[in-house]
Amino acid sequence: MNNYSDKIKSILTDLGLSLLSIVVALIVGTLFIFLTDKSPLDAYSALYIGAFGNFSAIANTLWRSTPLILTGLAVALPFRAGLFNIGAEGQLLMGGFTAGVVGFYFTSLPAFIHLPFAIIAGMFVGGLWGGLPGFLKAKMDVHEVIATIMLNHIAIALTINYGINIFRDTGRPATPRIMDSAAMFNFKNIMDHPFLSKLPFAELFAHPAIRLHINFFLALAAAVVLWYLLFKTTLGYEMRAVGFNPDGAEYGGINASKGIITAMFISGAVAGLAGVGEVLGTHFSFMQGMDAGYGFTGIAVALIGQTHPIGVILGGILFGALAQGGLEMQFSGIPSEIVMLIQALVIFFVAALQVFKVYLAKRKAKGGVE
Amino acid sequence: MKKVLSLAIVFAFVMMVVFAAVPAAAQDTRVGIVLSTGGLGDLSFNDAAYRGLQRAEDELGISFDYIEPADPSEDQTALRRFASRGYDLVIGVGFQMADSLRTVAGEYPDTKFAHVDQYFEDIPDNIVSLNFAEWEGSFLAGALAALTSENGNVGFVGGVDFALIHRFEGGFYQGARYINPDIEIQSRYADDFGDPARGREIALGMIDDGADVIYHAAGGTGSGVFQAAEEEDIYAIGVDSNQNYVAPGHVIASMLKKVDNAVFDTVKSVVEGNYQGGNNLYFTLADGGVDLTSLTEVGQPVLDAHDNGTITDEELETIRQMKENVTSPYADRIAEIKEMIINGEIEVENWGETGRPDNL
Repeated sequence: MNNYSDKIKSILTDLGLSLLSIVVALIVGTLFIFLTDKSPLDAYSALYIGAFGNFSAIANTLWRSTPLILTGLAVALPFRAGLFNIGAEGQLLMGGFTAGVVGFYFTSLPAFIHLPFAIIAGMFVGGLWGGLPGFLKAKMDVHEVIATIMLNHIAIALTINYGINIFRDTGRPATPRIMDSAAMFNFKNIMDHPFLSKLPFAELFAHPAIRLHINFFLALAAAVVLWYLLFKTTLGYEMRAVGFNPDGAEYGGINASKGIITAMFISGAVAGLAGVGEVLGTHFSFMQGMDAGYGFTGIAVALIGQTHPIGVILGGILFGALAQGGLEMQFSGIPSEIVMLIQALVIFFVAALQVFKVYLAKRKAKGGVE
Repeated sequence: MKKVLSLAIVFAFVMMVVFAAVPAAAQDTRVGIVLSTGGLGDLSFNDAAYRGLQRAEDELGISFDYIEPADPSEDQTALRRFASRGYDLVIGVGFQMADSLRTVAGEYPDTKFAHVDQYFEDIPDNIVSLNFAEWEGSFLAGALAALTSENGNVGFVGGVDFALIHRFEGGFYQGARYINPDIEIQSRYADDFGDPARGREIALGMIDDGADVIYHAAGGTGSGVFQAAEEEDIYAIGVDSNQNYVAPGHVIASMLKKVDNAVFDTVKSVVEGNYQGGNNLYFTLADGGVDLTSLTEVGQPVLDAHDNGTITDEELETIRQMKENVTSPYADRIAEIKEMIINGEIEVENWGETGRPDNL
């Protein structure tokens, strides 16, 4: 019982410190806003209003956070198994591209087959793209950082440079538009839905500016599944044991290569789902630029979320809010460079906080000895 | 006395209001522009569009705001914010924005929209699409390349292999063949608009195979082409903006795509009340929408680059001599070809629509 309340206390302290570091970042950011002759107050109220100011802003913050939550998870899971997945970007591209091709290629499938088929195909290919470096690591001891970085380059060449050119039908650097039967449900169309339109407050969603689609809920589901996998199953226990001490785990009878390959496959599938959602829910075709560096931002999301699935959701929403609110800051006259700088400051201070906490813990431990 | 004074004050006030009202009425026109990813500083169409709006601000008294989206997901939101805030004209730049612009234009049928660089099928009544006949300008570039080449071997470096860049390639190809039917034309794509190192490698490879004039339509990748031209002492042709001051003495001309003029004209049509939506406009050689930089004069952008210290006195002199010795002998010939394109004696095929032949 005491243990339980201690846990809640430490989580609350964590959250409080995270908020504090965001505040510190914004205070440092004011220095840069002064350079632009604009009022920091206007700039930050624009940031807030853009991200949380009204219902559609909140919905769109969640929309922007969707791929970030997924790539964050894709980095967090292997991290727990002692692996650094730099390859979420490539896995996202492969998954998104596959979903995009399945989405336009099959022209006469009913939606209840076409959409799940496109999602699963994308996740599977993303999973293979993650599983391959897992396999190389487990069987041949190829370092996963090298392998995933190289696979990122191959994925960019295969999808953006080569893949789009095979299928393109207009001047736009994108695959053809997907069939409606493969499109993810968008909440702005909620009033057309037979069941969802009956929900209370459903009409709030029926605004053309809302871009939130069901992939956000798939991302939440993925977080719950990964949490269950990591902390409630034997496989998860084994993965964490491998991450904690691979030799010890092996000695204790755990099959380390199985854990490594599985963790990387699942991680690739989750990153693939990020790409699938962007293609089937946001852009409706696989287009150049759809990846937007989510695979790399995902590394920061995972670390800020302390590689815990619930933390990753919060980290993803923080980054989504910065992206969504950042655009509004530009409307208040802050140049995009300063907006990016403030976004980077927030990340920097939240990350620096982790270092500070380690320092505190060390001091505490030292004090305990004396 | 007091009465007179107060009357004078009232009179002054009235006059202020009356005269202030004149420019204020013009200032009512607000323009919002969403630039393409890459944003300002691309020395290409984002900068050009911005220049057009600055000119409109100076000459027409409009006001404008711009947004540089961090990634394509922001395009729609940014366009919608401008439209929902009652801007009179909302402009989107770059092919990636076309779908988003169409969506938002559908939501705000009373707002006027313009788009740079993408042809619209079934174009809505509140969009005007600004396109450029790059193939005509590139034809002149190809002709000039063929005239100046001593080896009878020229090169084309494209950014990404797709329809828009095929327009440049096609024009260049036809222009070079027009001058010399036996000329060898090397053509390569960098698959990237922002990779100068790749541009340099491709150009060096072409030079190795004998090319001595290289034209590029590859954005930032092109600066690598210029670098290679300087290293190997051959000639290059720039694109979009006047790039003649880069690699002084080696860039013999640039194919201009006057996005600034097109944007300015569109803003002007809105201010003057004769905006005509539902049109795909093409700016051509005939109306100066595309052109080749002067073959005899060094040109204002080069002089500006000299004034702000980008190039030295010596380099300016090098450019001047290059103009005199290399390009001015062909000025009349190129002017003649330009005239023939304008009056239809030469018909330049648009590879963006007819497709790039497979057997190049």
